[in-house]
Amino acid sequence: MILLVNVIAGLLFGFGLLLSGMANPAKVLNFLDVAGHWDASLAFVMGGAVLVTAIGYRLVFRRPKPVLDESFRVPTARQIDSQLVLGAAVFGVGWGLVGLCPGPALVSLPLASPAIVVFVPAMLIGVAAAVWLKR
Amino acid sequence: MPVQTEFTPLASAAGGALIGCAAVLLMLMSGRIAGISGILGRLIWPSEGSRPFEAFAFVLGLLLAPAVWIVALGQSVTQVMTDNMPLAAIAGLLVGFGAVYGGGCTSGHGVCGISRWSKRSLVATAVFMATAMLVVFVTRHVLGGGS
Repeated sequence: MILLVNVIAGLLFGFGLLLSGMANPAKVLNFLDVAGHWDASLAFVMGGAVLVTAIGYRLVFRRPKPVLDESFRVPTARQIDSQLVLGAAVFGVGWGLVGLCPGPALVSLPLASPAIVVFVPAMLIGVAAAVWLKR
Repeated sequence: MPVQTEFTPLASAAGGALIGCAAVLLMLMSGRIAGISGILGRLIWPSEGSRPFEAFAFVLGLLLAPAVWIVALGQSVTQVMTDNMPLAAIAGLLVGFGAVYGGGCTSGHGVCGISRWSKRSLVATAVFMATAMLVVFVTRHVLGGGS
């Protein structure tokens, strides 16, 4: 049951990425290009997503626990540390170079463009390295 | 020369709302944050309580999305990507490493974290937006050409 919920959530998430234009790196780069032909669409992706999530989370957190698990697993760290800032800065550099972040990269993988076939394995190596470093 | 794209506020907001629905569904049912880099970390380097099978199921859903899109809407997916392979490899490494080292990416910090009004996520989102915009500015307007 919980596996099915995860597949459906992933599918919904992926469909949202495709509909929103987030899965098109050209659109992402044009959003980031405030000094060029700025495409503001991605602000609407974030706006729509945050609006629904903020309201939805508020309702969900009235429950004592999730439907299929014993407790909510929400990050508890509060401190703004160097890992947070350094990681975010590095992530932003990669994102700005080609316009791909992890969700859109995975959604694009089955479409198998040459760049994505190179990008995703490199991303997985990066993920593994960071998880190892943070253990 | 950068490819021009059309401003799509309605489709983008609707897509964003779907992403939000997915995040709420995951929290309601399994109590987890819908952060893609976190889910990838749980999957490829499992640890106690990381539930790699659930993470795999979510990723499977993501991977199925284009097929469902093509069958349901009868149209292909529009994408323009770089053709610079070394650049794609370097960017992939930086994105994967940075997202996990910084505790999240556009989904984990940018959507789920900001929706919880997490100060960490607000800072992370501001930082990665700033460095990404800076990189695009440099590659497109300082170096020219760019991706």
